[in-house]
Amino acid sequence: MSVLSFDHVSYQYPSEDFDIIDELSFDVEPGSFHCILGVSGCGKSTIFRMTNGLLQPKKGTIYVNGQPISGQKQYCGYMPQKDLLFPWRSVGENLALPMEISRKLSRKEQSERIDQALNEVGLAGCRDKRPDELSGGMRQRAAFARTMLTGSDLLLLDEPFSALDFLTRISMQEWLLDQWQKHRHTILFITHDVEEALFLSSSVLVVEETPIRALKEIPVPLTYPRDRSVLAKPEIVSLREELIGMLRKQVVE
Amino acid sequence: MKRANRGNLPAMILLFLLLMLWQLGAMRLNAAYILPTPLQILEKLWELRGPLMTVHLPATMGVTALGLAISLVLGLGLAVLMDASPLCRKALYPLVVASQTIPTTAIAPLFVLWFGYGVWSKVLVAVLITFFPITITVYDGLQSARVEMMELLQTYGAGKRDIFLKIKVPCTLPYFFSAIKMAIPMSIIGAAIGEWLGAQSGLGYFSRRMMTQLDGAGVFAPIVLLSIVAMLAVGLIALLEKAVVRWRGEF
Repeated sequence: MSVLSFDHVSYQYPSEDFDIIDELSFDVEPGSFHCILGVSGCGKSTIFRMTNGLLQPKKGTIYVNGQPISGQKQYCGYMPQKDLLFPWRSVGENLALPMEISRKLSRKEQSERIDQALNEVGLAGCRDKRPDELSGGMRQRAAFARTMLTGSDLLLLDEPFSALDFLTRISMQEWLLDQWQKHRHTILFITHDVEEALFLSSSVLVVEETPIRALKEIPVPLTYPRDRSVLAKPEIVSLREELIGMLRKQVVE
Repeated sequence: MKRANRGNLPAMILLFLLLMLWQLGAMRLNAAYILPTPLQILEKLWELRGPLMTVHLPATMGVTALGLAISLVLGLGLAVLMDASPLCRKALYPLVVASQTIPTTAIAPLFVLWFGYGVWSKVLVAVLITFFPITITVYDGLQSARVEMMELLQTYGAGKRDIFLKIKVPCTLPYFFSAIKMAIPMSIIGAAIGEWLGAQSGLGYFSRRMMTQLDGAGVFAPIVLLSIVAMLAVGLIALLEKAVVRWRGEF
């Protein structure tokens, strides 16, 4: 059974006279790592915003774990581009947010989960720090830990590293793969960076045109674990050029 | 603490120079019924400390506190209402702004006619000039909550109550303190104006009585006392703010 599936989903922004998402269908298998690759403004974030319930599709149904999303709660963890750590809360209190809202765990259990999550993302000593005491990469790791604490298997990451400097970004990419191999969440990762998509995903879902009618799935011929040297392999280089070519066609238009 | 003192030093020197200038000018003019010297005012303050501190200051503070409390309830209520419902915002915002074009001091004598010489006519003046900055500032605070943060909580399944308590309230807290710091002096001014127009006690009333007796220093003494009290109150709130709000503005 697929974790996420779109069944002929359409969406139209009130200010536009066409469906930016037009009868889109696709399925995501459990434990997979897909990148959705597309140029800025192509509508890829709209796919996420419908999946997490912030936008209602005009037509069609979205299923998570085989059930329509309407009526489900905390079925996906959403992490936007900005870390959105609340500055008036300590790092630990920020991580508590999804659990405070679901009201399923006792304070003690919440506290244990927070410690565990901070350990896993390498922020063990930062529980009582303020977010502004953390570096950009640490903030993203804290935000990722908060996303994991929604307890959902499906994680939607919307360009989480695009605001980081290059070196921090590549080490965060390696770190994320590491986390994924440990936990085997299902990850959907939006990016416009071709190398990032190739390095991270098992297959790339390319947005070839707007309105989005289909996502073109292109498997990445690499195994996990990976390191950055694989990006220099000839088949990856040619795949990269091919993907860049597909994206550039849209920019020219 | 040391650094704060050093930062205030230029202001203290300037204040001292201005007071000196006043002292010299007033001594030269030698007409204490119009322009008393600062020293004369201090003397007067000391001389009148009994009735000022035991009768008139408590009366004015009572009006101020009542006015402030009512303004807070009214201002917070209006702000939350306008933030929660666009219809309320459209209906209320222009009226709230328009209420500030009423020359309160000019119609305040009417309040005395309506409500008599008791406490309520003064409270009304205080409320009329105090609730506005509270409403607008707190409303701005509520509006400063970032949409992305609210959306994030929505994806966690948060309802309106969660969003209000976990985002709106903390976002508004710094604005709320700014509002109170503005409102305290305004409420005191409102109370004094009300008393000036007609009262049986209070520092405004006392100041006016001294006026009719051509006692210049007596007019100034209660005003100086009011200013000191206002500054102390604002300072106290600033201390409280420092303890409660550990972040400001920046996201």
